[in-house]
Amino acid sequence: MLEFIVGKYNFWIYIILMMIGFYAMIAKNNLVKKIIGMNIFQTSIILFFISIAYKKGGTLPILYHAHAHGEQAYSVAEYINPLPHVLMLTAIVVMVATLGVALAIVIMIYRKYHTLEEDEILKASK
Amino acid sequence: MIVEQSPALIVVIPLICALATPIVGLVRKEWCYYWVLLSLLAATVFSIVTMGRVLSDGTIRYFLGNWDPPYGIEYVIDHLNAMMLVLITGISFLVAFHSKESVADEMPGRTVFFYTVFLLQVTGFIGIVITGDVFNLYVFLEIASLAGYALVAIGEDGAPLASFRYIILGTVGACFYLLGVGYLYMVTGSLNMLDLAQLLPELYHSKVILVAFAFFMVGVAVKMALFPLHVWLPDAYTKAPSASSALLAPLMTKVAAYVMIRIMFTIFEPCFSMEMLPVTAVLSWAAVIAIVAGAVMALAQRDLKRMLVYILVSEVGYIALGVGLANRNGLTGSILHILNDACMMMTLFLIVGAIVYKARTRTIADFRFLHRKMPLTMGALVIAGLSVIGIPPTCGFFSKWYLILGAVDAKQWIFAVVLLLSSLLNAVLFFRVIEYAYLEPRAEDAHGHDDEGVIIRMEEAPVTMLLPIYAGVAGIFLFGIYSGEIISTLIQYAVPTCF
Repeated sequence: MLEFIVGKYNFWIYIILMMIGFYAMIAKNNLVKKIIGMNIFQTSIILFFISIAYKKGGTLPILYHAHAHGEQAYSVAEYINPLPHVLMLTAIVVMVATLGVALAIVIMIYRKYHTLEEDEILKASK
Repeated sequence: MIVEQSPALIVVIPLICALATPIVGLVRKEWCYYWVLLSLLAATVFSIVTMGRVLSDGTIRYFLGNWDPPYGIEYVIDHLNAMMLVLITGISFLVAFHSKESVADEMPGRTVFFYTVFLLQVTGFIGIVITGDVFNLYVFLEIASLAGYALVAIGEDGAPLASFRYIILGTVGACFYLLGVGYLYMVTGSLNMLDLAQLLPELYHSKVILVAFAFFMVGVAVKMALFPLHVWLPDAYTKAPSASSALLAPLMTKVAAYVMIRIMFTIFEPCFSMEMLPVTAVLSWAAVIAIVAGAVMALAQRDLKRMLVYILVSEVGYIALGVGLANRNGLTGSILHILNDACMMMTLFLIVGAIVYKARTRTIADFRFLHRKMPLTMGALVIAGLSVIGIPPTCGFFSKWYLILGAVDAKQWIFAVVLLLSSLLNAVLFFRVIEYAYLEPRAEDAHGHDDEGVIIRMEEAPVTMLLPIYAGVAGIFLFGIYSGEIISTLIQYAVPTCF
């Protein structure tokens, strides 16, 4: 049981973060808080991807100082998988764009209703 | 040769043209419209060329930057997505053609930005369909979704709030898809669809694969607006401007349905999708509820556009039902319905755009004398309505016919009954609209109004609106009459051989 919790702690952290974000997206009344929840939700997925790339004692997948002596990672087992990192760089760009669009729309809503509370907006729009 | 590069050009042309649109707009604002038309025409031509190549030589695999898969990104065009490409580029061209007056009318001063986002939206759709890489698909899915949020938000009063809700739910859907990609990558180390299809069968007993599959299905179902997850759709598409909803309503749900078919039958083997999880049963029951609930909700609407949006929810149910039946006839009907429904929904939403532009109303009760005011538009509405009901020789009949055959093959009589019942409900829906638009009010009803003396002048929509509407009507008939040919040249190759 302990092994199940401690040994896979990265998954637990990502699930807890994801649920916090999910809760904020569903339950919060304030639109900006919903966006913050959305960001936590997305960040948890970034952490998930990064953690699955990790290897204990792994190094960079780069041949720095090709002529120098010292530690160099040549075989796949020695370096950390770089691909999830690259994927997450792309995903971060996508998430920033989503955040930008969401904030722009919140500004549009605020200019129209002068409030960011969802129930007040619904009352005002009826 | 330029023909060999056609898969890349279909994506690159709208993307580059989208980024160049603001520059064109700086020179002369009116040129943007022609610029968008030109780029979409070029994309349509290249997609037709690509389909010709697929029909003559079989599946095309295009390696971007000449990196061999599974290391590089590849575009894979087989019969299914060759058809989707022609559908997407053709429909977006017709919607752009229609949009000249309505965009200037509904979004004065913002036409340049509208057309930029419009082209980005089309780029997203094309990219989702053409790519053979699951992560690349996620990126294009987000391009399409982000452009969609913007296109919805510039609409009428409640549009920003509707768009905000769409963002929240759409992000959840896309993130679930991304998690599915992550889980698949964890156990296979690959992102290429064809490579995954080879690696996965050995791992089907693994729970990680089941979780990945579940995340994929839920994520795509949100994007596709399958029944319990459809809540974002009605508000967003009703409040979007006419041109945006005419682009989004026919294509966004269909593209997501395409992704679902890809995941279930290309990445995973059909036997896995059907046997390891009860996914087909869940899918077909959700679809049946969607069909009935969509039609019943549509009955309650007084606004024509809102009624169409609920009909769209029920049409998505048809596509999901065909996938859920998981036999040859069912899936054929489902893919045929992607084609037919995109054509019908485009025609209907373009008609709404024309009515809003000329008659300044969407309330069905205000449609009196509209058949005298806009005879051509209302004629097209009747034909498109007959197609949604499913009357031969319009295309709606044939896809429903295959779906009913599929339901009978699967021995699911209740699904066949629901399909027939929904045709009846659709008949009620459209005859209500036709009644208001065509039948003259009786003398005692008109009492107190001075309609009797008024001569209704004919005020037909402009030619730029009528041409795409009638292209859609022609499509409704042609897809119906030539449905046999469409199935034998394109769709039969898209259905997995083990069915």
